[in-house]
Amino acid sequence: MVIFYIEHENGSLKKNCYETAAYAAALAQQTQSQSVGICLGSVSAESLAALGEYGTNKVLQDTNARFDTEVDAGVLAKAVAAQAQQLNAQYVIIPHSYLGRALAPRVSVRLKAALVPAVVEMPDTEGKFLVKRGVFSGKGFAYCTAHTTVKVLTVAANAFPAIKTGTSVAEVQNFTAETTDTRVKRISVEKLSNKVSLTEADIVVSAGRGLKGPENWGMIEELADVLGAATACSRPVADTHWRPHHEHVGQTGVTVSPNLYIAIGISGAIQHLAGVNSSKVIVVINKDPEAPFFKAADYGVVGDAFEVVPKLITALKAYKAS
Amino acid sequence: MKILVCLSKVPDTTTKISFTDNNTKFNAQGVTWILNPTDEWYALVRALEIVEQQGGSVTVIHVGNAEGDQLIRKALAIGANDAVRIDVEPQDAFQAAANIAQYAAQQSYDLIMTGKETINYNGAIVGGIIAEILELPYVSLASSLDVNGSTATMKCEIEGGEETVEASLPLVVSANKGMAEQRIPNMRGIMTARTKPLSVIPAFANTQTQVEVVKFEAPPTRGNVHLVDPDNMDELVRLLHDEAKVI
Ligand SMILES: Cc1cc2nc3c(=O)[nH]c(=O)nc-3n(C[C@H](O)[C@H](O)[C@H](O)COP(=O)(O)OP(=O)(O)OC[C@H]3O[C@@H](n4cnc5c(N)ncnc54)[C@H](O)[C@@H]3O)c2cc1C
Ligand SMILES: Nc1ncnc2c1ncn2[C@@H]1O[C@H](COP(=O)(O)O)[C@@H](O)[C@H]1O
Repeated sequence: MVIFYIEHENGSLKKNCYETAAYAAALAQQTQSQSVGICLGSVSAESLAALGEYGTNKVLQDTNARFDTEVDAGVLAKAVAAQAQQLNAQYVIIPHSYLGRALAPRVSVRLKAALVPAVVEMPDTEGKFLVKRGVFSGKGFAYCTAHTTVKVLTVAANAFPAIKTGTSVAEVQNFTAETTDTRVKRISVEKLSNKVSLTEADIVVSAGRGLKGPENWGMIEELADVLGAATACSRPVADTHWRPHHEHVGQTGVTVSPNLYIAIGISGAIQHLAGVNSSKVIVVINKDPEAPFFKAADYGVVGDAFEVVPKLITALKAYKAS
Repeated sequence: MKILVCLSKVPDTTTKISFTDNNTKFNAQGVTWILNPTDEWYALVRALEIVEQQGGSVTVIHVGNAEGDQLIRKALAIGANDAVRIDVEPQDAFQAAANIAQYAAQQSYDLIMTGKETINYNGAIVGGIIAEILELPYVSLASSLDVNGSTATMKCEIEGGEETVEASLPLVVSANKGMAEQRIPNMRGIMTARTKPLSVIPAFANTQTQVEVVKFEAPPTRGNVHLVDPDNMDELVRLLHDEAKVI
């Protein structure tokens, strides 16, 4: 049995949930097993049943609304581990999301299972178990084996496409999870309005010190808007408070792997590249043809960002309109 | 307030990563080791600030061989009171975490702090494993931490936003950017660090490795960059659509 954790928010499934479901389904198929989603909280039975399109066989749901705002991974881990034991699960699949990073280690300890975090491919389950993950902040990959029968894997964001494999409907069954006291309480949530989440974004528009000052970010925001992209920045830009900390990407910031990463006025220091070079396609806009970033780019524009970016916005708007 | 800060040892951020022995080992030749940035910059400094305001002590702990001693001395120079090194080079996150948890179980820390993740193994899981073994609450990726009596308040990054959470001590927290500002050790710190206690203890039982790296691989290299005329952004859009298929 392969079980996976269903992350949701305000009643909707999160993007990572589809990736995790697809991963679990592919693993179940590969090991001639079933994939079962565990959902704690209020999500409509229809949206859970629709996970069948991604290959999910069954969803076990505890509709208790207390789970909707539960941020104590200890409480969630207890419920997930209990289900894993009951179902005799061999694999537990969890997104490598903010919540997943707190949940997975707790589940693995409870199950005495090895945890391989942030995997980027399907494992080899034929011979010795072997799975690929990113290490050295994007400067390498490691193939890992695990010495326990039960294995917990977290799936890196944007690494495994959420592919619809059919039109099946997953069976949704209720269960009642054992609950424990919450020791971490949510006081408030601040959503960045209308913003695409940086870690999950398909497209990231990022800018560096070449922009000269925070007042010049209007065109970056506009470019991101046109593309439906998240915004990011280099470390000195966040350190000097031109942009918020959570936008800092790189080895000591957020690691991203979108389909498209557009770097504007960023030199391409090794620590910056480390956090972004698993992006599928990289576009670099820099006025210095010798900027190291061009060596790590697929497409490059040698030019002044203040001239190039507005032209790119115009071209994109024309393309979107056509 | 007794705080334990977990410090790991990682290759300097400028290290060109390569592998040896048929790609089965990380090539450590010529590598300069540093304290993992988020451990040093955020977890350690915030721990020191809390103790400076409220009294108490900061102990740093490192699981690893004697190569780590000079890095531990740096943490003492920045201001930690004492240090513990568990003398085993961990092969996976579980081994590091299980050793720290068993050491901490013999003490009574109000706070156990880690960095966000190590820049060599990028697991972001050691703190969670420690918390579960010790049955403590855990808050991961906190970008601020304030302690008031026996309650801690933290801001945490989440997808597309931030949340504020509250937890009671004792607590395990992993520190993210924003929690503190990096401190550079001064001369006096470096001098006093030499005489601060650093105890070296053997590994605990039942801390076997669970995950083993069998082989490494370098990331794929990109082809030559395709330069586009800065006056022809229609062409870039066309390439991104037709060729790269990303828009
Ligand atoms: C321990 C450590 C960890 C680090 N971690 C990170 C990290 O995680 N992330 C990170 O980003 N950095 C990190 N750094 C910093 C890194 O080394 C670089 O200093 C940083 O990435 C440079 O930022 P930048 O490219 O924005 O600025 P700069 O290096 O100043 O580059 C600005 C670029 O903009 C170009 N430019 C200027 N004007 C224009 C214009 N009008 N139009 C177009 N282009 C223009 C210039 O040609 C130049 O290439 C780290 C450093 C250390 C020591
Ligand atoms: N060998 C170690 N000794 C002490 N602390 C460690 C060690 N390895 C990891 N840590 C701590 O755990 C955090 C997360 O590590 P990881 O889960 O490997 O990304 C690091 O930022 C450190 O604070």
